[in-house]
Amino acid sequence: MSFLEYAPAPESTAILNLRETYGLFIDGEFVDGRGEPFATISPATEKRIAEVATANAADVDRAVAAARRAYDRTWSTMSGADRGKYLFRIARLIQERSRELAVAESLDNGKPIKETRDVDIPLVAAWFFYYAGWADKLEYAGLGANPRALGVAAQVIPWNFPLLMLAWKIAPALAAGNTVVLKPAETTPLTALLFAEICQQADLPAGVVNIITGAGETGRALVSHDDVDKVAFTGSTPVGREIARAAAGTGKKLTLELGGKGANIVFEDAAMDQAVEGIVSGIFFNQGHVCCAGSRLLVQENVHDEVVDRLKTRLSTLRLGDPLDKNTDIGAINSREQLDRIRALSDIGEQEGGDRWTAACEIPSSGYWFAPTIFTNVSTSHRIARDEIFGPVLSVLTFRTPEEAVAKANNTPYGLSAGIWTEKASRMLALADRLRVGVVWANTFNKFDPASPFGGYKESGYGREGGRHGLAAYLEASGWQPPAASAGASTRSVRGRSAQKTRKAVSK
Amino acid sequence: MTIDHPVALAPADRAVRLLGGDLTEKALRLHLDGLAGVDAVGLEARAADLATRSIKTSSKAWALDTIIRTCDLTTLEGADTPGKVRSLVAKAVMPDPSDPSCPRVAAVCVYGDMVPYAVEALGAHHGDPEKGLVSVAAVATAFPSGRASLAIKLADTREAVAAGADEIDMVIDRGAFLSGRYGLVFDQIVAVKEACRRADGSYAHLKVILETGELQTYDNVRRASWLAILAGADFIKTSTGKVSPAATLPVTLLMLEVIRDWHRLTGETIGMKPAGGIRASKDAVRYLVTVAETVGEQWLTPHLWRFGASSLVNDVLLQRQKMTTGHYSGPDYVTVD
Amino acid sequence: MSRLAVPKTYKLAIGGKFPRSESGRTYAVASPSGRFLANAALASRKDARDAVVAARAAQPGWAGATAYNRGQVLYRIAELLEGRRAQFVDEIVQSEGVTAAVAGAQTDAAIDLWVWYAGWADKYAQVAGNGNPVSGPYFNLSVPDPTGVVAAIAPQERTGVSLLGFAAVVAPVVLSGNTTVVVANEAAPLSAISLAEVLATSDVPGGVVNTLTGSPAELAPWLASHADVNALDLAGAGSIGDGTAWIDLQISAAETLKRVLPPVSGAPAPSLERITAFVETKTVWHTKAML
Repeated sequence: MSFLEYAPAPESTAILNLRETYGLFIDGEFVDGRGEPFATISPATEKRIAEVATANAADVDRAVAAARRAYDRTWSTMSGADRGKYLFRIARLIQERSRELAVAESLDNGKPIKETRDVDIPLVAAWFFYYAGWADKLEYAGLGANPRALGVAAQVIPWNFPLLMLAWKIAPALAAGNTVVLKPAETTPLTALLFAEICQQADLPAGVVNIITGAGETGRALVSHDDVDKVAFTGSTPVGREIARAAAGTGKKLTLELGGKGANIVFEDAAMDQAVEGIVSGIFFNQGHVCCAGSRLLVQENVHDEVVDRLKTRLSTLRLGDPLDKNTDIGAINSREQLDRIRALSDIGEQEGGDRWTAACEIPSSGYWFAPTIFTNVSTSHRIARDEIFGPVLSVLTFRTPEEAVAKANNTPYGLSAGIWTEKASRMLALADRLRVGVVWANTFNKFDPASPFGGYKESGYGREGGRHGLAAYLEASGWQPPAASAGASTRSVRGRSAQKTRKAVSK
Repeated sequence: MTIDHPVALAPADRAVRLLGGDLTEKALRLHLDGLAGVDAVGLEARAADLATRSIKTSSKAWALDTIIRTCDLTTLEGADTPGKVRSLVAKAVMPDPSDPSCPRVAAVCVYGDMVPYAVEALGAHHGDPEKGLVSVAAVATAFPSGRASLAIKLADTREAVAAGADEIDMVIDRGAFLSGRYGLVFDQIVAVKEACRRADGSYAHLKVILETGELQTYDNVRRASWLAILAGADFIKTSTGKVSPAATLPVTLLMLEVIRDWHRLTGETIGMKPAGGIRASKDAVRYLVTVAETVGEQWLTPHLWRFGASSLVNDVLLQRQKMTTGHYSGPDYVTVD
Repeated sequence: MSRLAVPKTYKLAIGGKFPRSESGRTYAVASPSGRFLANAALASRKDARDAVVAARAAQPGWAGATAYNRGQVLYRIAELLEGRRAQFVDEIVQSEGVTAAVAGAQTDAAIDLWVWYAGWADKYAQVAGNGNPVSGPYFNLSVPDPTGVVAAIAPQERTGVSLLGFAAVVAPVVLSGNTTVVVANEAAPLSAISLAEVLATSDVPGGVVNTLTGSPAELAPWLASHADVNALDLAGAGSIGDGTAWIDLQISAAETLKRVLPPVSGAPAPSLERITAFVETKTVWHTKAML
């Protein structure tokens, strides 16, 4: 065995103390769901981890009612300082249980332990710490002297960063004084359920956080529930569209973090070794299951061959395999369904004339895997240059001038992220001004921080998560009359969310 | 920079091949200034990422032996004596008296005037580390500051080579480099390389110390690495050990990237030696990982890779004993130099 | 002997020009008492489409102007309005059927509103953006950026808003660098068109404000579903149909995830929130290092 293969270094799962079955976490307790339970499996082995409840419409009602009660009786009357203290407690508990959470996340999601240990879980704790401090300082959030919480927030999160997305949703919501009902993704419910235990350990008042599990139907029931004041969703653009339609006319405040097709723009004068690293982390971090992934490499034509050559060499050192091995760089694809999609789009890429290159790596016999793949000779009209693949597949395009780089980068209905690699700061800043994206990473990529707002332009959604802006997404400015509530038509009631009901009455 | 009066440089073979026949300072400068920049944050992040590799069991055993096999066991003190050097040589030849399977180090590294004592003490063990023998490396060229005339630097070098040094660790003129006199730095390396020539026409191996702690910026380190390679360095080496910071993982990674690029360009292999500040085997393993993932593990051989260290070997021995016996060892079970 | 007046032709304002509707249609604008005032262009969906094209073409240039410059241009509008105050008062009196004093108050409010928003052009970014103290060696700044092309339905009440309501939807949208397509008050569109004439002579680049007259019920669905419109201000859309038709517009807007501000009654009060409703927060990271 060569040194580079490294002997196995698996993280122990002994730290996990999982139950056989998990119920719904409603009103501070685990209760049975009334829908058909389902198994959550490890995508690396296809082995069952635990059985998880499905919330049906009645369970959703119950969870929203618990959240409403907790909002009315407890959370909205509590001082900001005390809300903050609960969040600080949660942050500490996450740190204390971080290894356990990292192992559970890798097991359930398939992402490498290196990433859950060094990125996901530390960020989760950081997110709660950051927003804990906001809870008693809302008057400084730039929304007037008395910004108001919205009420009950319905939150639906994806499977790519399960616990981190939970933190992005719950921490600001609670800090702002809202209560929440959160639904984790069907394939990755585990850490959300462990988080429910953490809420219990923190002695968080019952009903402030409710976790319900289930598939799309559960999510649909949750976001369209009449007694919800705020909907926050991270996921695909088609589902985001559906939610935006359902919320139309209700006055529900919406935050949508949707898809992307990020351009990673590499100029000839870039710090080349770091650019190559940035390309790698841009698209192969988290198996490419990242909405802000740099899935389109736009490289200046005169350095195209060199960049691609170096990239291939670098990819050959990536290690694909057991997510729990500390040396694994590329873990498992999260689900069979996602794997099928990645395969289908890659096949289309080949049919459309892209040159496919795949890193040589051994694929384990069970589980869902996809080796790092690069397509060169891709043009802007190819589907792999337009559709979000959400996998470890990079499309390489070229440009000749900065103007062309901007035009190609912006030539997409999405607008979430972009990378710029140049040693020339003035060009970087000018380019950043022109890119129609919510996050620009210059000489870096895929960096996240609770203090830094994140979110998209155009069909990548609206609203921001992180920072002061992320807090504002859960508050109403004092003195600001939201338009729907003050709308002129006398047929509508003051509370925006009943407008839809009114409308139904009108159309009868 | 003057355009009218191009300064001719010593026609070092590599530079002539890359930059053209009538080698001038201007051509050298254009090349060095045209190198891609280095983003420090990205470089350090990559190094930190490499440092998270988890090396266990059989890989770890191999790594520990490799650290010893590629170590230049070093003493570079004003207080050095023949006795101290003999003690160092004994350690180099048999690092762990309790375990004959323990490999020898690659070389002992001493000041020039100590070379005869090292050669004498090594006796039959003196020779090519690739063959299980131990080389003698001498620091030269007014180490560590390099602040002496070229004549003295060359005399320093010739004397060490004549006394039997197999390898010369020279320092570059950092003052000249930082003030932009690349040609001067270049010509000096070429001259020292020539001074490494033995009577039989063979050469002592030349390691060129950049003293990265004084060059400060990564862009400078990259330029100096290219400069040293073009001038004929067999190895490029981070530091004298007398300036802090000495070797760091990011600097080593960066120099390895230059070595990798030179190899892509020419197929030639250049050696790398981080020196100073590497004391724990855990840290040393991270360097091995960095080598393996940057230039390839074929570099992990004494001809292409060295650690310049004094206390590192003992820590590796403790780890080695732990792996052999299954329990933790202590400082009384390894020898003081 | 009284002089015979020269009546004005009220046309659309698209891309800095004043075309008639491509459809050739007009509709009669009358006072509340039914007296004929003028024939206004009855804009068609193709006019709306042309207006969106003009707005899109003008957007990068307008957003690329300095904030100071945009502020000056907006202030210039107030100056010109002030100079033509009598004309606006007269149009409001005619079309809304209010007294000159009431019309004067509306005109003054509209002028003051331009001044208020003009001042925001080079300040709102300081209030809506911030530096972010991320934990790492990164420069990190969040700044607001105009959303792009914003389609708006001006307030449609019969009185009190024909000029002020139009200004109150346009000013907060364009000050940040958006361009806009606005459907004017259907019943009282004259002052909006006159305002468009003011814009054309006050350094506002052509295409920044495109004004359509006609039926919001007819035009709004095309704007709401137009894929090259980034946001919708439905301020006056509460008047369409049974009062809930705007919900269909919002549903339609969801197809391309447009940002939507729902209806209000009357002219929306000046507020920072109306500005920030049509900006995106862009966060830029850059590595920081001495070495």
